[in-house]
Amino acid sequence: MKHLATAALTSAICLGLGHPALANRVFVSNEKGNDVTVLDSDTLEVIGHFPVGARPRGITISPDGKELYVCASDDDLVRVFNPETMEETHTLPSGPDPELFVLHPSGNPLYIANEDDNLVTVVDTKTHKVLAEIPVGVEPEGMGISPDGKVVINTSETTNMAHFINSETFEIFGNVLVDSRPRFAQFNEAGTKLYVSAEIGGTVSVIHPENQTIEKKITFEIPGVLPEAIQPVGIRVTKDGKKVFVALGPANRVAVINGETDEVEEYLLVGQRVWQMAFTPDEKFLFTTNGNSNDVSVIDVAANKVVKSVPVGQQPWGVVVAPN
Amino acid sequence: MKGRIIILLAGLCVTAPAFAQQAASPAAQKPMQTVRAAVLRVDKPELPPISRLDTPPGDLGFAGARLAIEDNDTTGRFMGQDFEAVEVSATPETAAAEMDKLLGEGVTFVVTLADEDATLKLSDQAGDRALILNARARGDRLRGADCRFNTIHTAPSHAMLADGLAQFLMWKKWPNWFLISGSHPEDVALADAYRRAATKFGAKIVEERTYEDTGGGRRTDSGHIQVQQQMPVFTQRAAEHDVVIAADEAGVFAPWLPYQTWDPRPVAGSAGLVPRSWHPALEAWGATQFQNRFEKLATRRMWDEDYQTWLALRMIGEAATRTQSTDPATLKEFMLSDKFEVAGFKGQKLTMRDWDHQLRQPVLLTTGDVTASVSPQDQYLHQTSALDTLGIDRPETECKF
Repeated sequence: MKHLATAALTSAICLGLGHPALANRVFVSNEKGNDVTVLDSDTLEVIGHFPVGARPRGITISPDGKELYVCASDDDLVRVFNPETMEETHTLPSGPDPELFVLHPSGNPLYIANEDDNLVTVVDTKTHKVLAEIPVGVEPEGMGISPDGKVVINTSETTNMAHFINSETFEIFGNVLVDSRPRFAQFNEAGTKLYVSAEIGGTVSVIHPENQTIEKKITFEIPGVLPEAIQPVGIRVTKDGKKVFVALGPANRVAVINGETDEVEEYLLVGQRVWQMAFTPDEKFLFTTNGNSNDVSVIDVAANKVVKSVPVGQQPWGVVVAPN
Repeated sequence: MKGRIIILLAGLCVTAPAFAQQAASPAAQKPMQTVRAAVLRVDKPELPPISRLDTPPGDLGFAGARLAIEDNDTTGRFMGQDFEAVEVSATPETAAAEMDKLLGEGVTFVVTLADEDATLKLSDQAGDRALILNARARGDRLRGADCRFNTIHTAPSHAMLADGLAQFLMWKKWPNWFLISGSHPEDVALADAYRRAATKFGAKIVEERTYEDTGGGRRTDSGHIQVQQQMPVFTQRAAEHDVVIAADEAGVFAPWLPYQTWDPRPVAGSAGLVPRSWHPALEAWGATQFQNRFEKLATRRMWDEDYQTWLALRMIGEAATRTQSTDPATLKEFMLSDKFEVAGFKGQKLTMRDWDHQLRQPVLLTTGDVTASVSPQDQYLHQTSALDTLGIDRPETECKF
């Protein structure tokens, strides 16, 4: 333990001091390693590994870059860290088995999916109090929020629905049935489209948020890859809405989709079992977590090219990039 | 946890363009509609298993049913649907009377946990009055010569399990098998599945022996003392082989084989590396939270029978969600159609074989502690579904509905 603490401290000093001005820190949660790997988005080097609690999965950061939130699933807590030093500052009550969460664009509150308990827990990030527990379908996972902060989306993996939740009254006002095991929900920046991935169904539903209808279902075909291996999970959309990236799990590919036509344009080969992704703030790079090859792939967004893979910890799950 | 606010579900509405365009009406305005099912378990008086760790729990299968009903009801709240499953324990003598009672009460879905003979009798008794979902019997004849249109199988067949193991052994380049089968009819049937798998995947059975069940050798006879001496001699002077395959559906001798064989060879089949539908150590594909939910509810680990029962009732729930209906005929038709798919925590959708009503599913290859591999192995391809490399495929089926 002493050795670990020393290592953490040394890295913490490096984090605080030796940091080039333009680079952003990239935080990767390692589900089986119980730690977070921090990378430098400029040099793509590993800065350090930091213990963050049991079974870290969902990971996000406050808009001001001052608080890093980690779902410590087996601790039944959200742990909050100072992203500069990686010291734990406090914890947030999360309800049991927090898996994935989404922060209100203002930075408060935090909406958390409790996978084992069929709930979405809403937590005030300032007072650290639970504001509400919203019963949803079986195995809630995906959490999305509209750019105006008014609508929270939760997907339930066994119920197979995207639940539309009013972010202030916490009432469910719509449910859209999608394909099997919906894992992730992502709005485009304009708020005109909601993308929901279905891992077992193998599709991404494009939902019209206003009338809650499915406009289109995106399907995937990769020569030489069994259809069963194509399992869409994480989704990210560029700010201009023109490019949608979908992580395809054990297909070891990220699909690049035209955000206007919602047609697949390209498949990029990444590491094994790719699940979650995050852009750098300038959208130059997209980082993907590859759970079975224990690395992240770095995608050059403009070129649609994988430029590097960086080994991280054991079974990388989530990733977030500091905004500053 | 003081000051919790539980938000009641209000203004629920569901849109499902995929299958049913018509139903977008708010569930809250409709009265709840109930889907009634039953789980009928037929227990034969049996000797204790070789290992006391394998003693079946009293709620075997039923616990899986309870989780499935919880899952279905959670989804049902959004759909205006309610699910129930009556749990019935019977003996081979009382099974028919219990089935009569269920049919009389208008139960149209019956999950059975019974052996081959009892399952077949119950299927014939139900006729067109109920859909039978077989969650235990693995015999190939129930999917072949003795198949019934009113019966769906969520338990994998002997052929699927044998093929799943065969693919792995061939990938390991262990093609020479020493097959030891028991003397009970179900052991003979299982041995047939291994012979078939050997032919299908190019393995060679270099020697076969039958272990006669003479009534001794179990734990009750201080088995380890007897068997420790029996097994080495019993396996002596076998033709050169890579692996010992045990076909012991009756559970009489296989667990005594590992480490007791004359030649130092791994054991697979009914002991050692065992092909099965579920294993409590499986963590991939969201299985961790599924195991957690089950263990919280049942305060024990999940058995194959629990998984297969859960799957059977989840099929009904999934059909009700997708069709937005609780009408038994509609649900049955949908479950048997090529539109049907259900997620089962095994990494891919599970679908129905229309030629014998067997649910397609991956086979887990397990040791005592871990899931060592999952079949189909990547190297085995198929024109329709890789899952159809496991078990009896359409051109080979003996089933005629």
